[in-house]
Amino acid sequence: MDLSPTESLRYFLPELVLVAGILALFVGDLFVRRKELLGEWVALLGLAASLLATSRLAGAPDAWLFNRMVVNDQFAVFFKVVFALAAIVTVWMSLGSREIEHVNQGEYYGLLLSSTLGMYVMASASNLLMAYLSLEFVSLTSYVLTGTLRHNRRSGEASLKYLIYGGVASGTMVYGLSWIFGLTGSMDYAAINHALFQGHPNTLALFIASVLVLTGFGFKITAVPFHMWAPDVYTGAPIPVTAFLSVASKAAGFALLMRFFYPALSRLGASGTWEFLAGVDWPQLVLVLSMVTMTLGNFAALQQTNLKRLLAYSSIAHAGYILMGFVVLSDDGLRAMLFYLVTYYLMNMGAFLAVMIVANSTGREDIEGLRGLAWRGGAVPAVAMAVFLFSLAGIPPLAGFIGKFYLFAAVIQQKFYLLALVGVLNSVLSLYYYARIVRTMFLDFPAGGEGTVAVDMSNGILLWLLTGCTIVLGVYWAPVIDLANRSVRFIMG
Amino acid sequence: MEHILTLMTFIPLVGAAVILCLPRDAHGLIKWTAAAATVPPLLMAIWLLVNFSPSEAGFQFQQKLPWIPSFNINYFVGVDGLSITMVLLTALLCFLCIFASWGIDKGVKGYFALFLLLDTGMMGVFVALDFFLFFVFWEVMLLPMYFLIGIWGGPRREYAAIKFFLYTLVGSALMLLSILALYFTSDPHTFDMTKLIAQSGEFTRAFQMIVWLAFFIGFAIKIPAFPFHTWLPDAHVEAPTAISVILAGVLLKMGTYGILRVNFAILPVATAALAFYFLAALGAWNIVYGALCAMAQKDLKKLVAYSSISHMGYVMLGMATFTSQGINGAVLQMFNHGTVTAMLFLLVGVIYDRAHHRDIDGFGGLASVMPVYTGVTAVAFMAALGLPGLSAFISEVLVLLGAWQRYPALTAVGATAVILTAGYMLWTMQRIWLGKLNEKYASIPEINGRELFTLLPLAAIVLVLGVFPQAILNLMQSSLDQLNRLVLPHL
Repeated sequence: MDLSPTESLRYFLPELVLVAGILALFVGDLFVRRKELLGEWVALLGLAASLLATSRLAGAPDAWLFNRMVVNDQFAVFFKVVFALAAIVTVWMSLGSREIEHVNQGEYYGLLLSSTLGMYVMASASNLLMAYLSLEFVSLTSYVLTGTLRHNRRSGEASLKYLIYGGVASGTMVYGLSWIFGLTGSMDYAAINHALFQGHPNTLALFIASVLVLTGFGFKITAVPFHMWAPDVYTGAPIPVTAFLSVASKAAGFALLMRFFYPALSRLGASGTWEFLAGVDWPQLVLVLSMVTMTLGNFAALQQTNLKRLLAYSSIAHAGYILMGFVVLSDDGLRAMLFYLVTYYLMNMGAFLAVMIVANSTGREDIEGLRGLAWRGGAVPAVAMAVFLFSLAGIPPLAGFIGKFYLFAAVIQQKFYLLALVGVLNSVLSLYYYARIVRTMFLDFPAGGEGTVAVDMSNGILLWLLTGCTIVLGVYWAPVIDLANRSVRFIMG
Repeated sequence: MEHILTLMTFIPLVGAAVILCLPRDAHGLIKWTAAAATVPPLLMAIWLLVNFSPSEAGFQFQQKLPWIPSFNINYFVGVDGLSITMVLLTALLCFLCIFASWGIDKGVKGYFALFLLLDTGMMGVFVALDFFLFFVFWEVMLLPMYFLIGIWGGPRREYAAIKFFLYTLVGSALMLLSILALYFTSDPHTFDMTKLIAQSGEFTRAFQMIVWLAFFIGFAIKIPAFPFHTWLPDAHVEAPTAISVILAGVLLKMGTYGILRVNFAILPVATAALAFYFLAALGAWNIVYGALCAMAQKDLKKLVAYSSISHMGYVMLGMATFTSQGINGAVLQMFNHGTVTAMLFLLVGVIYDRAHHRDIDGFGGLASVMPVYTGVTAVAFMAALGLPGLSAFISEVLVLLGAWQRYPALTAVGATAVILTAGYMLWTMQRIWLGKLNEKYASIPEINGRELFTLLPLAAIVLVLGVFPQAILNLMQSSLDQLNRLVLPHL
């Protein structure tokens, strides 16, 4: 149904709640003197309320909001839940982070919530203009968040690099969007779809436009060759922000990508498979992109000595895995992507949290700083880190394996055997560098003088929570896969 | 008693959880808890043995529960004549290895918790009848093994551990793809092995060939078959004694078990076509290659490791014959190798604990100071070289008898290798236990009660099966003949 702006407000409640939280943070920052009262608690409250409001939209009828600028469908609801949860964990991590202690609380949390708001819109944008604006909004807030550590030169450098790459990528993308508009005469996804399949667009022009648009999306999801910013930004940003960018920002990029290439550019065929416009062979292109992304990410990760940089390359590789579900053009593939994003959220957030706990105590972010961690009082973070890393490598019975399992299942089902083979070989390769960290923590013994690692209560609880979820989801995941299944439903037409 | 297999599999896991809750320094308590957790599975295995009905070829003691209905994944366990012997072997060796690990003094809590997790993984592999479950157990085993070798192993433990991990993971990655391929080719889609066996006729020849090879690589790495064997000497040598025992006694069997369970039963057409090259010829080559390598070793543990490669070659050769003698001999050889090699590794551990080296040429004349130890060693060595009257003789003869009917030339090769085996075994015996006493070890203490306790049950089995192999053969015959009947029409 097509709702008028006032009717739409009801479906826009999650965003409105977030806006209220953001305003409270920014305005409160000006007037409240005792800053420790502000910040994380307001942010947590806002996010929790927004999560609640989102969950109430689960099962609500699909609707076009605000004159077809954004939509409310199960796909959007799913992603909003993921973003809200990611932001909550990020705030929780920031609570126990040494780096964040000295930044301006109101500003930092306000930006974090703003970024989350942008992601909400990214997942629900159904208009080229809205898609571009939300992407830009998320990018801008991310640039500032990356540069939060004002006195840290690496943080500032990372922010600037991010800005320059982001500017070029979004410029290219908006140029591509203008081609699409020129070809179809519309910015509305449904109208674009109609124009493409009813009219006879120039396929070459459309293909070029798709490639240009992919640049912008590829930048957000860190697909090769638009990934170059990620290692520097992930290394320079404070750890909670890195975790947030690597999970939420990437998931938002995927949401935008899926909605643009599936309901807007393709047509749902029989038995849950999708057809793309003849002659505009973007799946082949993404297929190559996927294989190159995972391979390059994994090979580059082999060489890293800094944990954040290693996890950055690992997250690039994971973008490649997730893209596998994207190229097979089936609902099963999309479902696998959604499921994978959930597992990826758990294990990647967890890995960064473990890194943060060690960095809090020792100030070190390199692999060598973990030497003998299990034997010098850090057994809990070491075991948790091992769980997250093995889960990232895709070893059962951990969540990451189930995620990969569904991806490979979708790939094999559509008979992309080469892609599947490249994917599993990459998983094996990735184990080598994940196991290198595990080896340093467990198999190497402390040389003495590394100092002990203490885990404070708030970090400890979060760590157990994420570890527990990673294991439980590896053994019993039926509710989550069912949710993902229900969420692969776009509003169309 | 439909829960019995589940209980056998998960009681060790419960034990591991209990151990994690115990205080770190309560070493005695941790060790006894670990021992207590391995007793029920052993008793249940014996109960299974008594109540198993050997004349039935199908799966018994089945239990099936829905797990993830939307993908048709079930928790499905059961045993037939093939797996029951392996379940028994696993339960027995795990129990004994707890006592062989009694000397561990570093990270005791972690060691025993991981050991019990490993126990669950191994037991699970042998009882799982759902491919998804099978794969999960197959991989669950890897993590504890990695840590057990990597933390408690010898000087090159880190290298050995990651090598073992990566090799196995390459194999299991291919296996995962094959499992998915089978799932999507079957109609209706299923991971249920029994249903896949029933559908095996519907898979095309080309499909079977590709999937067969992918599975084969996964299993061949585990056996290990040449040229995928290079992880084995490293892992065995670096692993602590009890873990070497588990590696050789149980883990290697998973390779041949997998081939029989999956390749034979689900892909019979490809098995018939490829068995000669990949099982018979490669098996014969394994026998000779392993024996020659063993002969060249200076390290006693490495020698035993290479002898494993050689002995597993008989299993491959035997199963490729598709005769009743051959395949029964092969599985009996799996069981016998499990007990004999376990003894050998335990014996190596005994001497290593005392002398802190395993250099074959560094000893001499130990028989005069350690008579009991030498006696037990003699039983194990004679069994390993195939002396009539001891268990391994029966299985090797059965394999060769079966092989003669189909591959006379390969049989000749395999039979000749017996001489090589006798050569390196006796030569080692002579250098370590006989001859002039090395004065350095004049006061070396005799084998103690705990060590004897781990060895004597195995020695008893070796002796009993040497004269009464029917005890095991009876259990498996109908299941294995059934497997043969699946493949034979396609030869």
